[in-house]
Amino acid sequence: MNFYHYASPTTFYRLAGKAIPWAAWTAGILAVLGLYIGFFVAPTDFQQGEAYRIIFIHVPAAWMGMLIYLVMAFWGAIGLAFNARLPFMLMRALAPTGAILTFVALWTGAVWGKPMWGAWWVWDARLTSTLILLFLYIGTLALWSAIEDVKRSDRAGALLTLIGVVNVPIILFSVVWWNTLHQGSTVGVSHAPKMAATMLQGLLLMTAAAWLYAIAATLVRVRRIILERERKTEWVRELLEKET
Amino acid sequence: MGRYFLSVVRRDLTLAARRRSDWLTALFFFVMVSSLFPLGVGPEPELLKRIGPGVLWVAATLASLLSLSRLFEDDHRDGSLEQMVLSPASTVLLVLGKAMAHWLVYGIPLLLMAPVLGIQFNLSWDAIAVLVFSLLLGTPILSLLGAAGAALTLGLRGGGVLLTLLILPLYVPALIFGAGAVDGVMAGTGAEANLSLLGAFLLVSFLVAPWIAAASLRVSLE
Repeated sequence: MNFYHYASPTTFYRLAGKAIPWAAWTAGILAVLGLYIGFFVAPTDFQQGEAYRIIFIHVPAAWMGMLIYLVMAFWGAIGLAFNARLPFMLMRALAPTGAILTFVALWTGAVWGKPMWGAWWVWDARLTSTLILLFLYIGTLALWSAIEDVKRSDRAGALLTLIGVVNVPIILFSVVWWNTLHQGSTVGVSHAPKMAATMLQGLLLMTAAAWLYAIAATLVRVRRIILERERKTEWVRELLEKET
Repeated sequence: MGRYFLSVVRRDLTLAARRRSDWLTALFFFVMVSSLFPLGVGPEPELLKRIGPGVLWVAATLASLLSLSRLFEDDHRDGSLEQMVLSPASTVLLVLGKAMAHWLVYGIPLLLMAPVLGIQFNLSWDAIAVLVFSLLLGTPILSLLGAAGAALTLGLRGGGVLLTLLILPLYVPALIFGAGAVDGVMAGTGAEANLSLLGAFLLVSFLVAPWIAAASLRVSLE
């Protein structure tokens, strides 16, 4: 099979259309399983009580939020290097999902922090770096929406993500460093007790569900972007005629 | 190569010398923002000493962003930027020269003004010395990263605010290491670690930002 076959928006549109139901249904089933294990099967934590169960949403969201930024940078670099259109479309389709999941991670973190730390927000290293990650997403989305010319806005977003991705490890490190310097008494999550096997199972299921959800959402969005950008071409007209 | 770089720097310095109000505005912005903090949080010397380094560093980043939005704007408007990018000379050098000139015009006055504001915030002489040194290492980072942001937002409506949104998260390490160095001296743990990290961050920015900024300029001018 020729991999490059799917590098054209036309063929990728069809491929994405076939893949979406699979990804979406699997994500749904895994999420139901994961949530069931997380909320009914997994034992109550002896230190944190029932409140810990939010990690089944929080941790996968946080992981995906970080990963999606890296994936965006990857597609941006590919797009710039090969001067192709599809990678930029994928990049744009990824960003809103990444931003939403990062926000979900922050929100669930706050909800978890209230009973655990007694505060909605503490300037913990992880919270702070996740917040900065959200700022990076917002900056990229703002840049895209400010530039009307598609070609320029694609490339500008890719370049911004590239400079962001070089910075992300530095930001992460600096925030950890800052946190250890300024705060002696923060309750850390790094010394959490070892997990029970069922907890880990639930977490892994939810992580897989988050992956598949992100893939499905991205593919749905990328199909819209493809249609929008290729609206003047023959194949889109044929497609629309067939559907109406 | 070196001559082109120097001529870019000299040109921007000449332009800045003819329009003094530009860099004086940024400098007084720095002074005023820092002076607002005591009015906001109260005049207790201990409190001011505690927040001083952070406030001065935040004010320095904002002052540099304020001026950065115009880094390429004037040359873009009269068309000379396009000619410079089209010329066979390296765009990376052009960006480096412009960032260098920006630092000389906007960064150096901040360094010189910082001790005065440090006294206002009740900092000790040791702390002030480290503050100036941390700004000496840190303000070039602001100019370099900001140049990339300015190139990306060139000619956009509301470019200044957008630039802030894009670049402020990237300034976080500089802010942390810079203010941390001064805090370190005041806490007695020494400033060397933070200053070394700040220097390392400067080197990384120097290696990455001009290339990204040059590519962004080309994208923006297409």
